[in-house]
Amino acid sequence: MSAVTGPAPAGVPAAETLGARDRRPDPVQVRCAVLANEPDGAYRRLVLDAGEAARRALPGQFAALAVGEPPTAMLLRRAVSIHAATPGDRRFDGADTLEIVVAPHGPGTEWVTRRRAGDVLDVVAPLGRPFPAPEVGAPTVLVGGGYGSAPLVWLARDLRDAGHRVDVVLGAASRDKLFGLEEAAAVVGPDLVHVTTDDGSAGLRGRVTDALAPLARDGVVVYACGPMAMLRAVHEVAAGAGGTSWLAVEESMACGIGVCMTCVLPVRGEDGVTRMTRSCVEGPTFDGDRVRWDAISIGPGGATSAVPADCLGAPVAAGKGH
Amino acid sequence: MTTTATSAGSAGPAVGFDPRTAIGTLELKNPVLTASGCAAAGRELGRLYDVAALGAVVTKSILRDARSGRPTPRMAETPSGMLNSIGLQGPGIDAFLAHDLPWLRDHGATAVVSIAGNDAAEFAELAGRLVDEPGVGAVEVNISCPNVANRGLVFACDPGSSAEVVSGVVDVVGGRVPVLAKLSPDVTDIVAIARACLDHGADGLAMVNTTLGMVVDTDTMRPVLAGVTGGLSGPAIRPIAVRCVWQVHAAMRRGDLRTAPIVGIGGILTGLDALQFVLAGASAVQVGTSTFHDPSAPLRVGAELAQALAARGFAGVADAVGHAHTVLAREGAR
Repeated sequence: MSAVTGPAPAGVPAAETLGARDRRPDPVQVRCAVLANEPDGAYRRLVLDAGEAARRALPGQFAALAVGEPPTAMLLRRAVSIHAATPGDRRFDGADTLEIVVAPHGPGTEWVTRRRAGDVLDVVAPLGRPFPAPEVGAPTVLVGGGYGSAPLVWLARDLRDAGHRVDVVLGAASRDKLFGLEEAAAVVGPDLVHVTTDDGSAGLRGRVTDALAPLARDGVVVYACGPMAMLRAVHEVAAGAGGTSWLAVEESMACGIGVCMTCVLPVRGEDGVTRMTRSCVEGPTFDGDRVRWDAISIGPGGATSAVPADCLGAPVAAGKGH
Repeated sequence: MTTTATSAGSAGPAVGFDPRTAIGTLELKNPVLTASGCAAAGRELGRLYDVAALGAVVTKSILRDARSGRPTPRMAETPSGMLNSIGLQGPGIDAFLAHDLPWLRDHGATAVVSIAGNDAAEFAELAGRLVDEPGVGAVEVNISCPNVANRGLVFACDPGSSAEVVSGVVDVVGGRVPVLAKLSPDVTDIVAIARACLDHGADGLAMVNTTLGMVVDTDTMRPVLAGVTGGLSGPAIRPIAVRCVWQVHAAMRRGDLRTAPIVGIGGILTGLDALQFVLAGASAVQVGTSTFHDPSAPLRVGAELAQALAARGFAGVADAVGHAHTVLAREGAR
């Protein structure tokens, strides 16, 4: 059975349906033993004995990890995308495993990358909405920037099994920062995997959009994970070709479970109203056509969002009513 | 082997200990509540565990109208804490009454509804909309949110503004549910603010909200938060919060302040953290930022606090409230 989820149920109130076109299992909080921690290029690949969290996870969902030895001074969970969920994983005596890919960005993620087999991680998963399903028979292109490609191999397998054509575009600054090349080739075949690097150390020298452009045609459904600048460029190529883009954003989060309201970005809902929308529960995957790119700035420190003037509840100048 | 953290992290039941407590006329099954802004309106935590097991769910502050909140970044991690600059994002009271309060009621949760307004009249209007709704256990008056454009609008920094807001709410509520005033630590004399609130009819005090802070990014050389400043929370501010509870409870014991229940808030991560607040004078506590670190924290802290109190020979929460003052007084008498 494909894990790609079906369309939204009809009749759900508009206020609750932003992205609610797919089902979403409840998360669990589990203490997971680390079963393996292996290098993969510039990244670490960890396998966790995750029990119920592994049995529930679907492609496109993420996990929120507590970091640091308790009592830790780093209070906020780190959100990492789920590379694979394997109930009854034969490599690990039938354990229900979650596989995550971690890049050491700072002290919290560095701590995670130093965990050894037998160490325990406090994990809340699976979180966020899974990737939505494409129209039956639609051609698909999966675009991953750096380790943003972590959830895409799983998605590629499901899309392939559902009968879709699946091209995979993997891009990174350099060869060591590519992720998932061999796995993707094993799923869709090497001819359908397209590699770009900024420095030309692997594949085509250039950006993922250079490889995406010739694949994008009317009706294409593009799934992309990576930095916001890449997501915007992917959206522009897909939209320009008459296709759809599903973009998994990497917003910084404090909780990952929908209570803190820090990971928001302006997104237009199905009712046409723009809201500052939580990427942890309404996302992390958004329809590129609904993201308010006009309010998003991409700078050296990452992406930031202004509040569009027509956003629900935007500050109103004195004397103006709603 | 995996274990669910919610069960593995909990202390066992404290035999013979009565965990019940009260905030005015509101009786609570245990003294640990969520904190406003750290549990939304309960629904998200309800996907992880039964929110009816909590002392109460304190909602994110409800406003009259929808509010977008601030631009991003809204958050920065700091040592043992975090800054937030959300700006009271929310859908407004109509959506709260239509969707969130019924959910809390249907799930058996005790709801303490936090309200925030632009002026005293708006606070009173919100209280009026809430007071007769089934499922509202108490109203917490958020006069202390630091994320407003004008510091002069932080009501809890001024006794007169605090009194004006509280008296307006108290008049409308008419004693039907307890009214808690949520105070800011960013004042010179917190007893003076507490007095203004209690003299104007507040049934209890929730202490404290975040303290104003900021972080500068040394790479971009600009403030990290889009809103420049934000509220600092987490264990980093716990000693400040315990001190505030201590000072206000001490004033009550001296007779300088009307005695009223205090709900302690500030960086509670464990049962022993909560115990500090109880010993300093709190009848209940709220677990806030720690919920981001450990969603099960409000439940776990409740179990750990009960164990810690039982282990120290207390039969119930009330017996321990302000006990550190008693210990100090005994030492002084010797």
